[in-house]
Amino acid sequence: MAKTLFDKIWDKHVVQKIEDGPSVLYIDKHFIHEVTSPQAFAGIEKRGLKVFRPQQVVATADHNVPTLNQHLPIKDELSRLQVQQLIENCKKHHIELYGLGHPFQGIVHVIGPELGITQPGMTIVCGDSHTSTHGAFGAVAFGIGTSEVEMVFASQCVLQTKPKRMRINIEGELQNGVLSKDIILYIIAKITASGATGYFVEYAGSAIRSLSMESRMTICNMSIEMGARGGMIAPDETTFNYMKGRQFAPGVNQWEEKVAEWKELYTDADAVFDMEININASEIEPMITYGTNPGLCIGINGSIPVTDTIPDEGERKNIIKALQYMGLESGKQLLGMPVQHVFIGSCTNSRIEDLRLVAQLVKGRKKNEHVQVMIVPGSQQVAKQAQAEGLNKIFIEAGFEIRQAGCSACLGMNEDKIPAGEYCISTSNRNFEGRQGAGARTLLASPLTAAAAAITGVVTDVRTLEPVNS
Amino acid sequence: MQALQKIYSRFIPIPMENIDTDQIIPARFLKATTRDGFGRNLFRDWRYENNDDTKPKEDFVLNQPQFSGEILVAGKNFGCGSSREHAAWALLDYGFKAVVSSFFADIFKNNALNNGVLPVTVSDEFLAKLFTLGNANTLSIDVEKQTITIDATGEQEVFDINSYKKTCLLNGYDDIDYLINHRAQIEAYETQNI
Ligand code: SF4
Repeated sequence: MAKTLFDKIWDKHVVQKIEDGPSVLYIDKHFIHEVTSPQAFAGIEKRGLKVFRPQQVVATADHNVPTLNQHLPIKDELSRLQVQQLIENCKKHHIELYGLGHPFQGIVHVIGPELGITQPGMTIVCGDSHTSTHGAFGAVAFGIGTSEVEMVFASQCVLQTKPKRMRINIEGELQNGVLSKDIILYIIAKITASGATGYFVEYAGSAIRSLSMESRMTICNMSIEMGARGGMIAPDETTFNYMKGRQFAPGVNQWEEKVAEWKELYTDADAVFDMEININASEIEPMITYGTNPGLCIGINGSIPVTDTIPDEGERKNIIKALQYMGLESGKQLLGMPVQHVFIGSCTNSRIEDLRLVAQLVKGRKKNEHVQVMIVPGSQQVAKQAQAEGLNKIFIEAGFEIRQAGCSACLGMNEDKIPAGEYCISTSNRNFEGRQGAGARTLLASPLTAAAAAITGVVTDVRTLEPVNS
Repeated sequence: MQALQKIYSRFIPIPMENIDTDQIIPARFLKATTRDGFGRNLFRDWRYENNDDTKPKEDFVLNQPQFSGEILVAGKNFGCGSSREHAAWALLDYGFKAVVSSFFADIFKNNALNNGVLPVTVSDEFLAKLFTLGNANTLSIDVEKQTITIDATGEQEVFDINSYKKTCLLNGYDDIDYLINHRAQIEAYETQNI
């Protein structure tokens, strides 16, 4: 029978199907971090168990870590204890930890792929909703809660109900200045923040095929922002080229055999999806959010919806409340509005390609004096490469502040926060109330749109930025 | 996990859509290494002025003594966003045994069930009706029969829950027990497939 890519991988990992219940799904790789793992370790210890397959678990510290002076002890006591707990737990249970100071440390969804741990055909979980990122390699990857982390520790399996299948086809060519971040924001704006709940999404079409791995990861990363269980893209030459030679990717002896296996990972021509959506890539503009969920998003030249004309009462109330929090007005444009902060980072857009794009744009320019710009590489390896490629020099000359690897101002948990009431153009994935700090106002956008605002100090259509006089 | 069979209680309404887990429990309170005490910071930034827990916001429902109960009733797409199970722990710790909405985010739903907090999905109409009821009304939820009833009027809806999860809830079993008991089968799978 014709199968979708998702079904091929899922079915192969079902150990048992419980009648009128979930399946016991075998997990190939389990990533953990300091925030969602301590209670799971405590849980198995209380049951007198050891981690069942420690070699299939990889740990890093990312959420709670400072991005300055990482060689010093963490100042915040609770954060320090949590990171310390992770170190102890990993030691006790023989789990590989890429903690602070390790050359592989970084945001969990950045390091898995860059180290070649993430591979096509795998099932991958992590106690973190953006685990969907790893789906860019043709893996079934999804976020789980701490009880489920405990399940995987105990048995290398989770109990999961099979989601429905959705395919989003994006055909055609992207306009200049439009990035994969704009594609995913466009999709979420179209189908809403809950539009894919209950589904696992496959992204397909010529526009997807033409994207780099970094750009594909950005798209899969934000699948959760429309409620999807995960997102994925069939592996192809781009995938194989990216993976070849990476630390934990299959070595030369196994390479050909593995690639042959991976080439079988695609959706059969007559496979059926529960839902399909078609999108024309050329219609997509640089996008920016105005509200407090990622679905409240408009083209950079667009206007905020006029709330009086929104027919659905729930949605109208929602948007009115969001605009109140954001201090924005119904019907107005965002273009030209001053911002006080620019944050370039997070598991959505902190990879080397993102940093290169930003560097290209800001080379020879200076940031606007009223804006604070923070650029936070996703991993130690990204940081090192940016340094080697001379990107740091460009950032420093532009007046950007370069930080060390971590989640940083994406979530208002560590030291990096946006002050209450101030606006931040952010390349992260969530604009929820208080996400970047209590009272902070987040506008989500692509790295190019963020960089353009860093230069001008206001919301800017990057396509209208004058070239630098050389 | 505590077994859950029936709930009879007044309810606390939050008629807002897309309540994300960052609102239920903001990230800065996720630094604990145990599951306890999260109720104190449930809906923290909606509950208190300027992050100061001596200054409750009077217009927020959790601060209004006329509202109480073990059931939270919220607008659609409840629990979206982050996978933090701390959201379920915070609700449980505060004293909620069930959340009623017309639509739940996937990961939240699992997390809630894994902690014995029952997500009850009702129709949009039923939900709208609940929001019009006064604070003295009680609801009855019966896990075995899969029903939710407005006691004053007898209006009732049947909600969905798969039979495996239902058995777990009724008896207080958890998935980890189930998986540990199937380790032999899991090892057999590994031998065959890896
Ligand atoms: S960067 Fe942000 S979204 Fe990504 S894992 Fe860290 S906190 Fe979560």
